[in-house]
Amino acid sequence: MTAQVPAPPAPPALLRLLPAGSYAGRSRALLLRSATASRRAWLAFVSGFFEPVFYLVAMGQGLGSLVGVLPGPDGAPISYAAFIAPGLLAASAMNGAVFDSTFNVFFKLKYGRLYEAMLSTPLGPVDIALGEIGWALIRGGLYALGFLSVMAGFGLLVSPWALLALPAALVVAFAFAAVGMAATSYMRSWQDFDLVTLAILPMFLFSTTFYPLSVYPRWLQLVVEFLPLFHAVELMRGLTTGAVHLGMVGHLAYFLVMIVVGVTVASRRLDVLLLR
Amino acid sequence: MSGLAASVLFVADGLVQARGLRKRFGDFEAVRGVDVDVARGEVFGFLGPNGAGKSSTMRMIACVSPRSEGALQVLGMDPDVDGPRIRARIGVVPQLDNLDTELTVRQNLQIYGRYFGLSRAHVRAKATELLEFAQLTERADDPVEPLSGGMKRRLTIARALVNEPELLLLDEPTTGLDPQARHLLWERLYRLKREGVTQIITTHYMDEAEQLCDRLVVMDGGVIVAEGSPAELIERYSTREVLELRFDPALRPAPDALARLAERVEELPDRLLLYTADGEHTHAEVARAGFVPLSALVRRSSLEDVFLRLTGRTLVD
Repeated sequence: MTAQVPAPPAPPALLRLLPAGSYAGRSRALLLRSATASRRAWLAFVSGFFEPVFYLVAMGQGLGSLVGVLPGPDGAPISYAAFIAPGLLAASAMNGAVFDSTFNVFFKLKYGRLYEAMLSTPLGPVDIALGEIGWALIRGGLYALGFLSVMAGFGLLVSPWALLALPAALVVAFAFAAVGMAATSYMRSWQDFDLVTLAILPMFLFSTTFYPLSVYPRWLQLVVEFLPLFHAVELMRGLTTGAVHLGMVGHLAYFLVMIVVGVTVASRRLDVLLLR
Repeated sequence: MSGLAASVLFVADGLVQARGLRKRFGDFEAVRGVDVDVARGEVFGFLGPNGAGKSSTMRMIACVSPRSEGALQVLGMDPDVDGPRIRARIGVVPQLDNLDTELTVRQNLQIYGRYFGLSRAHVRAKATELLEFAQLTERADDPVEPLSGGMKRRLTIARALVNEPELLLLDEPTTGLDPQARHLLWERLYRLKREGVTQIITTHYMDEAEQLCDRLVVMDGGVIVAEGSPAELIERYSTREVLELRFDPALRPAPDALARLAERVEELPDRLLLYTADGEHTHAEVARAGFVPLSALVRRSSLEDVFLRLTGRTLVD
């Protein structure tokens, strides 16, 4: 039996700016690896789906019966469940992506020496960064799809614009995964992951997930408006309630910057860490 | 452009050619000007103690560590330019196992093959063949973690063969294995050699180098101190036999006192080594001269003696 090892193709023009040999165009092989590996860890996968559903039931139905209605993004009153559901959707896209791109990536980087093995093949750091971020994105996207179905079941998707919430969730997941992986490349030990929790949890609670921005004093509003999850929540809430406006392009731009910075930094760092 | 001039001088049939190869990590220079030629089909060794620069040299050849200086060609290409193309045609067995613990034994082979762009059908057939080679067919669908050290090593070697490499790089392949596992591994490496796979091995075990290598270089402190086949090196730098003498520390004679009885005397913490053509004869001479060792052992010279001669130190501390 003879091998037909194909020579890696020349990289596309944009990626020729990167150091020679950093991209073989095979990040799909990493997706295949992650999909194969997750067959044995499906429980962790499923639990990520239920988390926002529990929040929706507990807060939306439970707390919502006390709260009643809130002003929606366009000022029209909406139920409390309809208000928080898009926030939870954004948060679940964030959580899935961050979990995969921090904890899982750190383990592979420091203990599994998995990337070291991959770099002995034609794969380069950009393949690895895109492959791992891509998997985090798929996972975030699947959570979002699951949660959107639950929202549809509760009758919380009132606008055809809600169809766009899924691609929007993918953009959000991509951005968080890219930045998460870049941040992970700077982490030295598991203790540093307390910083991840420290960043994610307050962002989850305070980025207008559970109540409108108007409850804050102006200075605090400015702080919240700076957070990435705030932009994700705004995007989702606009789409699921049909309050679509041109300002949403700004939210998307925020995530595009995160994606470009994250992928670039993550690839460079893998290069520095592993190809010494 | 001395680098360019050097690369023009390279002949085409060598698999690896290095001239003045250097590797610096900040202020520390791990490899300090190494010249190496590895021909197709041979098993080539880097022998040296820990920290000699063997692994750094291997990483440069494996195209995962850019060289700091010098010329390097692997399979006729420059790692700085054609890293992925070279890596597509070589197999790497790292010093520490880096198997994918989230996958089964078989999946480790299949997925690794996919990193090389091989088709699903191809890697499936190839994995079955390699499991047989690594004697892991019965463990094919087990997770990797519970495998023994020897099994993991065999799987790592099988994985490195998934792309049918022209050149196999093995960094300390048997470090940490028990003797039985080592012999099984050596047998597999012999088999690959018979099949014509060129191998480069680093080791700090002289017996491994003697068993496996057609030709080797002895490295110390980042430079090559000697080069040749194991037999040539022993002939050039040592005598045919060695008489090892252990003395009661209180009665141990100074090495100079024994110097006239042998070609050369080396002093180790626990024993004296007398280098001589005829060990038994020298043993008798020692007794006749009135020295009373606690024990005496006559053995053939080995690469360990070559190393001791060249560096004044033993290989494994």
